[in-house]
Amino acid sequence: MWNWIQRFSSPKYFYEMSAKLIPWFAISAFLVGMYGLYLGLFVAPPDYQQGESYRIIFVHVPAAWMSLFIYMVMAISAAIGLIWQIRLADMVAAASAPIGASFTFLALVTGSLWGKPMWGAYWVWDARLTSELILLFLYFGYMALQSAIDEQRSADKASGLLAIVGVVNIPIIHYSVEWWNTLHQGATVAKFDKPSMHIDMLIPLLLMAVAFQLFYAAVVLARTRNEALYRDRNRRWVRELIEKL
Amino acid sequence: MNWAEFFDMGGYAFFVWTSYALTFVVIVMNSVSPIMQRKKIIARIKRAIKREAIISKK
Repeated sequence: MWNWIQRFSSPKYFYEMSAKLIPWFAISAFLVGMYGLYLGLFVAPPDYQQGESYRIIFVHVPAAWMSLFIYMVMAISAAIGLIWQIRLADMVAAASAPIGASFTFLALVTGSLWGKPMWGAYWVWDARLTSELILLFLYFGYMALQSAIDEQRSADKASGLLAIVGVVNIPIIHYSVEWWNTLHQGATVAKFDKPSMHIDMLIPLLLMAVAFQLFYAAVVLARTRNEALYRDRNRRWVRELIEKL
Repeated sequence: MNWAEFFDMGGYAFFVWTSYALTFVVIVMNSVSPIMQRKKIIARIKRAIKREAIISKK
């Protein structure tokens, strides 16, 4: 078992395998995304309260879900790297941070663009918005620690610890709309009851969420490959590979 | 439904299309940056290999 993990988590093996996976993730992300956009913009009916403005949901909600999902991937990878010293896990964590930050930023900005016509303000210091902003700063903190510390293992330890501690923010974001009296609407999909959303709106939303997931998979693999090259820059496998390029 | 009506988004054109445009920008940046990063890293390692070759000849 341990040998098996060692073999599959070796950066060299990962580098070779991931090259074959990236185009498949990228192409399927594109196709699913296009179909989701078509259904979301042309087929889904307008909302009875919010009219056409609700169509922001098809990019806002997947971006927000990704901001949480990528954070969990980052924190769990960082924990695996800390506990079992699997270098590939640290690479995945480092590769995830900028992607997660970009989706968090997108969730905040599209939310703001939705808030203006619906609530009358681009920004309010409400629990959901504030906790999501803290998530953005957690990503920035991770990235700052990664680039500030030269020695790679110390950088992984410090930033990994920050990522793990920051996990407390994740349930706060999710339950903020229940625990506090927020302006942000409650959950319509991720709850135990059946989703309170029309099926013609729900399907494009879920398709967009799948497309974002596939896109993340392609980008995180590409970035982890770069991390592997850079961190192993003095090892033989990278040297042999570069000489062939 | 005609195209003008579609682009108007019931009067919410600015908010809806700015959101979609920003999403597009984030997707493009996420797609391009790993490619640029890879080029930089490879160039950097190549430079290091050259430097080491010069040092070892001395």
